[in-house]
Amino acid sequence: MKTRYSFWSLARNALTGHRNWQPAWRQHALKPRYDMVIVGAGGHGLATAYYLASRFGMKRIAVLERGWLGGGNVARNTVTIRSNYLRDESIPFFVRSVKMYEGLSRELNFNLMHSRRTMIDVVQTYPKLRDLTRRMKIMDMYGSHYDRISVAEVRKRIPALTGGQPGSRLPVLAGMVHREAAVNRHDAVAWAYARAADALGVEIHQNTEVTGLTVDKGTGICGVATSRGPVSADSVALAVSGHTFQLARSAGLKLPLQTFNLTAFVSEPVKPIVDVVVNCPDLGVYFSQTAKGELVIGGMPDAGLSYRRDIKQHVFENTVSGLLELFPTFRRLKMLRQWAGHLDITPDGSPIIDRTRIPGLYVTAGWWGGYKAIPAGGLCFAKLIATGEPHTLGAPFSLSRFDSFNYIMETGTTTVV
Amino acid sequence: MLVINCPFCGPRDEREFDYGGLAKAPRSKVERVASNSEWTAYLLHPGDQGRIADEYWWHARGCGEWVRVRRDTTTHRIEQSEVESDR
Repeated sequence: MKTRYSFWSLARNALTGHRNWQPAWRQHALKPRYDMVIVGAGGHGLATAYYLASRFGMKRIAVLERGWLGGGNVARNTVTIRSNYLRDESIPFFVRSVKMYEGLSRELNFNLMHSRRTMIDVVQTYPKLRDLTRRMKIMDMYGSHYDRISVAEVRKRIPALTGGQPGSRLPVLAGMVHREAAVNRHDAVAWAYARAADALGVEIHQNTEVTGLTVDKGTGICGVATSRGPVSADSVALAVSGHTFQLARSAGLKLPLQTFNLTAFVSEPVKPIVDVVVNCPDLGVYFSQTAKGELVIGGMPDAGLSYRRDIKQHVFENTVSGLLELFPTFRRLKMLRQWAGHLDITPDGSPIIDRTRIPGLYVTAGWWGGYKAIPAGGLCFAKLIATGEPHTLGAPFSLSRFDSFNYIMETGTTTVV
Repeated sequence: MLVINCPFCGPRDEREFDYGGLAKAPRSKVERVASNSEWTAYLLHPGDQGRIADEYWWHARGCGEWVRVRRDTTTHRIEQSEVESDR
C-alpha cells in the first residue's frame, strides 16, 4: 500500500510544500494477456476490480478505459444515494449499497465527502401518493424508510418551497421522507476505488479504447481488441453503461438495452438554501445543494435514443419551468453547466448483473440511476465472476429473466419516474 | 431539439410530437407465425439499436399522424421521415 491518507500524512506533506504526494495509481505498459479484463473504468468497473482483488484474491486484472478514469457516467449523474425502491428484488440490493457507501471512506481510506442528507419527495398528485405509500410498505419489510409528513412539515423543512399553494395547478399534498438518502463526491468514488484497486495490483489503463470483443466459437471469449492492440484474457467483464449494446454486439450478442439521455445541470453557488435532497416526482425535477453551494438539478430522460451526451433545450426548459412552479425564488439563478448521462434501459427498468451465453463474458448493465448501486453492484458482479455463483442480492438481475418475461418492473429507478 | 419533417405539415418542432419507441414489424405479421424465441426477440428487441435508428414519432399536437423517422443517434441528424400506416 502506498502512503496511507491520514492527518499525519497531510501534516507531513504540508510541511514539505505538498511536493511529495505520490500518484494515487500507477501507469503500466499494456500486457498482451491478463486473467481478467474489465472494460470501463467507471464506478462499476473500478468497484468490481477492487472487490475481485480484495474479497476474492483475484490477480492479473486489467481495467481498460477509453477516456480518462471516472470521466464517463460516474461523472454524469446527480450523486443521489438512496434505497426507496418498489420491488422485493431491488430494495435489499439498494439498502446494502447505501450501507456500503456509508463505510466506504474508511474502507478505501479516501474522503468521499459522504453526506447523509435525507430526501423529501414533494407529492402533488394522488396517484403518486399511492405509489409512494405502496413503496413505503414494501421498503418497511427490508429496513428502508419512507415517512409521510404533512404539507406544513414539508414547508418547514424546505423553506424555499413557496409554490404549490392551494389553488395552484398542482398544490402540494404531502411529503415523503426517505431518511437514508445521501450525496457524496463522484470523482472521489472513482479515484478511491481506483487507488485501492491499484494498491492490490489491479492495472488501470486509461486512453485504451476497447473496439471489439474476440470470441472463439468453441471456447468462448478470448480477449478484446483495443486501440493499443489486442489483449487476451480468460474472462471479460463489460461495465460500459450506454455502450453495452454496441460492444456486446461485436461478439454477436444482442442484449435487451436501449440508450437514452438523462438531463442534469448545475447552478452558480449560492448560500445554503436547502439541506435535503428535494424530489418533485410529479413535475419531473429533483435537486440538492452541494457543499460548494451549487444546486445540482436533474430532470427527465430525453425522448428518443441518443449517444450524444448533451441535453435538448426544451428538456432543459421543461425541467426549469417545473422547478420554478414550486421554487419561484430560483428564477434568478444562473446555470453554470449542463450535461446528460447515458441510461441503457432494459425492458423492465431493472439492471442486469450476469454472465452471457458466451463463456467467460460477463455484463453489468441497465443501470438506470446506477451511481447509488456502485458498491453493491461491484460486489455482486465480483462474486459472480470469481465464484461462478451469483450473489444473493444480485441473483434476481439475470439476463434469463427476459426469456420468460419475468420482469422486475421498477418505479423507483430515477427519482422522478 | 429535433426538427421532424411531418409528411403532412412540413418541418415541425419536436415539442409537437410524442415519442413512440423503436419501429418494428407489424404485430399481426409476427404473432401467428413466430416460434417462442422469435416472439421473445420481437418483444424484447423491437428494432435494432444501432447508430441509425428507425423510430415512431406521433404528431400529437399537430395533424395526429404517426411518422416513421430514421435518425442518426450520435448526431440527431434525421435522414428520412415518412407516414407510418401500420400504427
